[in-house]
Amino acid sequence: MAAPLQDWRTQKRPFAAIASMPIFWLVLFFVVPMAVVWLYSFGENAGPADIVISGTLENYKRATEWLYVSIFLKSLAVSALVTLICLIVGFPVAMAITFAPPNWRPWLLLGIMLPFWTNLLIRTYALMTLMGTNGYANKALGALWGGASWLKTLVGMQPLDAWTPAQLLYNNFAVVLGLVYVHLPFMVLPLYAALDRLDKSLIEASLDLGASQISTLNRIIMPLAGPGIAAGVMITLVPALGAYLTPDLMGGTDSQMIANVIERQFKRANDWPFGAALSFLLIYAMFIIVALQSLRRGQPKRGE
Amino acid sequence: MNDTPSPIIQIRNVTKRFGKVAAVDNVSLDIMAGEFFVLLGPSGCGKTTLLRMIAGFELPTEGQILIDGQDMAGIPPNKRPVNMVFQSYAVFPHMSVTDNVGYGLKIAGVGKTEREQRVAEALELVKLGGFGERMPDQMSGGQRQRVALARSLVMRPKVLLLDEPLSALDAKLRAQMQFELSDLQDQVGITFVTVTHDQDEALSMAGRIAVINKGEVAQLASPSDLYEYPANRFVADFVGSVNLFEGKLTLDEPDRAAVDCPGLGKIYLNHGVTGPHGADVWVAIRPEKIYLHVPGEGKAVRAAGMDAPEGHNFARGTIKGMSYLGDVTLFEIKLDSGEMIRVSRPNMSRHDQEDFTWDDKVSMHWRSDSPVVLLS
Repeated sequence: MAAPLQDWRTQKRPFAAIASMPIFWLVLFFVVPMAVVWLYSFGENAGPADIVISGTLENYKRATEWLYVSIFLKSLAVSALVTLICLIVGFPVAMAITFAPPNWRPWLLLGIMLPFWTNLLIRTYALMTLMGTNGYANKALGALWGGASWLKTLVGMQPLDAWTPAQLLYNNFAVVLGLVYVHLPFMVLPLYAALDRLDKSLIEASLDLGASQISTLNRIIMPLAGPGIAAGVMITLVPALGAYLTPDLMGGTDSQMIANVIERQFKRANDWPFGAALSFLLIYAMFIIVALQSLRRGQPKRGE
Repeated sequence: MNDTPSPIIQIRNVTKRFGKVAAVDNVSLDIMAGEFFVLLGPSGCGKTTLLRMIAGFELPTEGQILIDGQDMAGIPPNKRPVNMVFQSYAVFPHMSVTDNVGYGLKIAGVGKTEREQRVAEALELVKLGGFGERMPDQMSGGQRQRVALARSLVMRPKVLLLDEPLSALDAKLRAQMQFELSDLQDQVGITFVTVTHDQDEALSMAGRIAVINKGEVAQLASPSDLYEYPANRFVADFVGSVNLFEGKLTLDEPDRAAVDCPGLGKIYLNHGVTGPHGADVWVAIRPEKIYLHVPGEGKAVRAAGMDAPEGHNFARGTIKGMSYLGDVTLFEIKLDSGEMIRVSRPNMSRHDQEDFTWDDKVSMHWRSDSPVVLLS
């Protein structure tokens, strides 16, 4: 009698046949290029298009210079801030979708996912036109300012000074805002998945036992949404740390992040070995974040 | 406590509409203090909606709900003097048993010493003493249900609401919990209001049962009245198993009545039914109230014990189906009229099931106080 196909422990050959293609693909397009870049990080430029893998640690030594460390730390701070804002903004959104009438939910989720169907570059430029000195954001702020000024004159006070458009673009504020805008769906979706799985009768039980909405949120919903929060944080923090396009387009001279520095090494500076070293330091940092997260998750629950 | 029971819950003309559909349609009920009250009905009949309106999770579209004399309009679930045991038990998975049971007391600001004592008492009450440190995922379904019970009882509510409390348990455990819930209710003296679709559960536990159909109360009665004196076809059919035959009321006097059923023949009753003469009625006979005989013995039976006039309350048929259930055997019998009738027969000796078999010709009789005449 033939064993079921999915029993790969006994049916090694069909399993190998099925698995070989994706493994081949992974090795060819992921492992090999990464290995090449990893080797480059121990090399030096021997000419405009020539790299010698000499085993030097010079690139890593250079990466520890304060200039790079500070940009790295700043990237970490920016992505942590972005993640925090995404969590604060995303949690109520995910709650709202979870508790929306069932026939609304697909549309609300569609609204969250719609940005994925639009090119990041186009979305970023669209956001930039909104935030420009003559953009709608400034026009709205100007109108509010004018309104406030008019109100002051109503009560017999001096009107405000004329509105000078706020500089919303090309600074750190713009970078954080842009990154929040891009990464919010990544936070909302895992949060929604966690909240949707949550048995609604747990919430009702808490209310039934006398707890207010707020303490139900704190004592029941938040702890049980923990895995979703952790997943949302990971899936937001890691790509935000490596963000390139948003700081490049929306940031000012002082708001470059580590990915912009890396890009410059590969292009303008034509220093591939140093770029490779920085890339791998970024990858190691992400590994550490993921490892810390799974360590935390692996801790035994109380009572076990 | 008063000798005359006073209503703890008064439901007055309550209607609940979801869109255009009335889940609960103009229901009025009084639930007495200290009673074990059951809302029984098929799924989707509105019984759970009614329970959730008492708990405060749904608001009535029309009507009024009073608990202990106080109108509950505008009072949220967390301020109502009732507690609920949920169908899924809703035991908080991230808290130990002690923390689960102590949750409500902690919210209410009860001090640590008193809280610990009351939690221990409640766990003892549901026979979970010593389980306090366990996490819910280390417990069986039955144990989790006890946690949910203790968690509600520890709050000393005026009314305990139970939503399909036994539906997730296996048959043996369910039978045991039916007794335990009744005992528990006697012990704590709290009013229990239970929702169930299971008639056995309702009959075994309830003091009074409200049968709900399509959002309305079909009948409100004690378990035995519900079974022996159903008010309409829905109740007769839903509670227990029943044979229903359509007929015409041909005789209706204070001490006797007769119904002519094309399917079953002439049926004689030893009491009046006070229905209009010639009215279309239904006759309901429970399968266990029909006696089976080998045809030759029919005469002897009639001579010995028939209390009906000749030719009444007597039928013949052929056995078409049998299912042996151990304690009883169920027979599906094709009557000479072509209609089917169900008969159950207790296996009082260890050989009773051998008396009849498929395609046997049989005769049946029943007492003249066994059929119930239903006008609707």
